[in-house]
Amino acid sequence: MTELLEAIETEEEETREPLQKVCIVVSKGSLEGIYPALIMANGARMEGIEADLFFTFFGLDALRKDRQERIRVATVGNPGMHVPTLLGALPGMSWVATKMMGRQMQKLDIPPVGEFLELIHDSGAGIYACHATVEMFGLSEDDFVPEVDGVLTVGEFYERSAGAEIIFT
Amino acid sequence: MTTIETHVSELERDAEGFLVRPEQWSRELALEIARENGIPELTPRHWQVVEFMRESYLTTGAAPSIRALGKESGVPVKELYSLFPKGPAKLAAKIGGIPKPLGCI
Repeated sequence: MTELLEAIETEEEETREPLQKVCIVVSKGSLEGIYPALIMANGARMEGIEADLFFTFFGLDALRKDRQERIRVATVGNPGMHVPTLLGALPGMSWVATKMMGRQMQKLDIPPVGEFLELIHDSGAGIYACHATVEMFGLSEDDFVPEVDGVLTVGEFYERSAGAEIIFT
Repeated sequence: MTTIETHVSELERDAEGFLVRPEQWSRELALEIARENGIPELTPRHWQVVEFMRESYLTTGAAPSIRALGKESGVPVKELYSLFPKGPAKLAAKIGGIPKPLGCI
């Protein structure tokens, strides 16, 4: 049995094509919704894999000049925080949790959202906002940081994603 | 004058082609590794990055992150990717004869 599994594994390794491109959809506006996507996009570029980021719904906060610096950890409805819901709802809890996490991230050399987007943009990845959300929230291109390459419809997003792996977060 | 040249093919490397012993590295080997990885010539800008990577590794024991590389090597991120399209940190480490950078950033 083990031999069989090993044989399958070697065969897979030989035929496995390296990833060419990833398209990552960011739909959540919390810190834990945004950072994993940024880390994955940057990580892809570091491996020589093409990457696009597509921000939709509250994920758009990462691109908004007025909100980018106020991205917070969700302390309510987040069992991973191990904080009772009622405590998590107290004023300032989310701020404190964000500060603590920010300190940890700084130690690991993870930049703040704005600088991270700049790094990803300079690495050649595309950064796009979702057209439907931009209309729904009544936003315009002036509301976004300069790293945004454009506003795309879903159709245009799929067109750009041809041959890529699509990751939804 | 005769010198005994070592070629990269004679040295021990890991599965991805990183030198196992950084002390075996030389500038000639760097050029050989660069060619293997699709970079035909090393310009002074390439060298600046490769030397910075190697220097940081030898002094701190770890390769710098892409963020630190962009800020401290004197070569901005955009240019890093045009010099090393297949991944600046990884390639510059390989060419500089140091282990593959760990970490996700």
